[in-house]
Amino acid sequence: MTASERGMRVAAVAAFLVLVYVAAPWMIAATGRTDLYYTLSSVALLAIASGGVWLTFYIGRINIGQGAYALVGGYVSAILVATYGLSFWLSLPLAGLFCAGASVLVGLPILRLRGVYFAMVTLVLTEVARLAALALPITGGAKGITSIPSPGRIGLFGITIVPAFDSFADKNVAFYFLSVTMMVICFAGLWRLVNSRVGRLFAALRQNEDLASSMGLNVPLLRVLAYAISSFLGGVGGAIFVAIAQSIYPSSFTVNDSVNFMLNCFLGGLGYVFGPMLGTLVLYFGWDLLFQTGEYQLLIYSGVMILLMLLLPNGLLSVRLPSRRAS
Amino acid sequence: MEQVIANGLYLGAQYALIALGLTLIFALMNVLNFAHGQMYVLGGFVTYEVYGLMKLPFVVALLASAVTLAVLGAFVERFLFRTVIRRSEREESTMLLAAGVAYFLDAAILILFGEKQRGVPKIVNGVFSWDNLILPWDRIVVAGLAILFIVAFILMMQFTKPGRAMRALAQDRVAAQLMGVPVQFYGLVGFALGAMLAGLVGGLLVTITGVNSGIGGPISIKAFMMVMIGGAGVVGGAIAGGFILGMLESVGLTVLHAYGDITYLVIFVALMIFLAVRPNGLMGKPWG
Repeated sequence: MTASERGMRVAAVAAFLVLVYVAAPWMIAATGRTDLYYTLSSVALLAIASGGVWLTFYIGRINIGQGAYALVGGYVSAILVATYGLSFWLSLPLAGLFCAGASVLVGLPILRLRGVYFAMVTLVLTEVARLAALALPITGGAKGITSIPSPGRIGLFGITIVPAFDSFADKNVAFYFLSVTMMVICFAGLWRLVNSRVGRLFAALRQNEDLASSMGLNVPLLRVLAYAISSFLGGVGGAIFVAIAQSIYPSSFTVNDSVNFMLNCFLGGLGYVFGPMLGTLVLYFGWDLLFQTGEYQLLIYSGVMILLMLLLPNGLLSVRLPSRRAS
Repeated sequence: MEQVIANGLYLGAQYALIALGLTLIFALMNVLNFAHGQMYVLGGFVTYEVYGLMKLPFVVALLASAVTLAVLGAFVERFLFRTVIRRSEREESTMLLAAGVAYFLDAAILILFGEKQRGVPKIVNGVFSWDNLILPWDRIVVAGLAILFIVAFILMMQFTKPGRAMRALAQDRVAAQLMGVPVQFYGLVGFALGAMLAGLVGGLLVTITGVNSGIGGPISIKAFMMVMIGGAGVVGGAIAGGFILGMLESVGLTVLHAYGDITYLVIFVALMIFLAVRPNGLMGKPWG
């Protein structure tokens, strides 16, 4: 990489950080649209979960099961905070790790499937997570878990690092910064991963698993690893989402959400790590804009989707993957 | 126990018919039809309109469901899937299109028919009872009709010219084309037939369980499970998968009743273990 390319990249990242941390809050303050804090937090969290789906696309699997992990992560965090009184900040990594662990168990058998088979199984998985949430005694069934306390304060040696969220005048502002920070961390991590040695191995899996295996790669381990990271992101996204809503129900994440996570990746472009972020932003706001059309919202939305597929099937889908572009 | 088995057979016959349509479309076009459940719902609503509201004979209503869905299926194949398959470079794009069609049908059905649960008068009254087995006659008639359709479908696939052509197409598209099979035409016929089967089941089941606009997605998921059990793209597998799922559901609802609503949870865990042993289902060919 030449020095100027590196400079460009640093500038782009800096511009992005300024945009989300300074420009966006400033514009919200200037226009008075404080409801956008909530909308943008949602976009950031859905983008984190979509980033996970993107990683499974990166190893050549169509994952329509992220809703399951978002739901599981949300429930783990909600139960730990509401029932056991654990701090939200501890429950967040625990939720992610629980999802990663669960995905290893689920992934070991189902990652042997490919193509449409894998897609079908993951779709069923979302439905199963919903059913499990309804059936298990700890989740509170259809009533869900409500009035979950807000994240508390983080302090070290008496110095407050993050104030308790209840102390904010508008909690959504705090959640906005939390969500955006998590999004930045997750996507930086994803970017680093994809450009690491492991990332190259993932790309090798996508191109040809048998060939990769014959080169001595431990294919089952690598694909479970990718799936676990993907599910970790889903769990973290879901957990913060639940903290914002302060409630969770079995229907908080459904099959539609799983499909939307997949669509976000497609729309943003499968070739670029930051694609899911863009895709989520466009789809979420597109959906919101159509809200005024009332009962025709879904009809227009899906109609546009079909039209896009007809007119630009490759424009949206066959975006070159970064490893190919680099070579 | 007899009751449970009879219920399982009745459910299985319906499910097999749904799975047949899905697997047919998959075998011919390599398309995973996400909108299958929505097509089923549409079939149910057409029968509701014709039989329930217009008071025409049930046979006419079933026919109307079948024709409507066949036309819709042909339209979807001709103007949507064919175009996308031709233009796109990745197989996954048809899945996206199918998801779009599913959303579109969901929205259209909701606008056209509303969100209320709809039922129709029974087609046959009375209850059949023998020993300690009790079955309403209408369930027996519906199950019988479903089995009749399955048999007719198999006979058609085995012994008629279009059936042979479609089997050839499913085995090897290029070879079929080289042998002079008009593959595009039979792709269209297959899609229409698959959609028609979904519509027929919808029309049959509306007489018993009724229909509402929200059940399309769950039905699609059940259909996927059946196809996974039996193996994608295989007619025998779809029928086996349908009956197995119907039986599991019936037995599960009875046996696991005491533990709450966990039947589907147990079925799914069983499916995962099964797929770990046989990733291609009972009769499926290796995939990918």
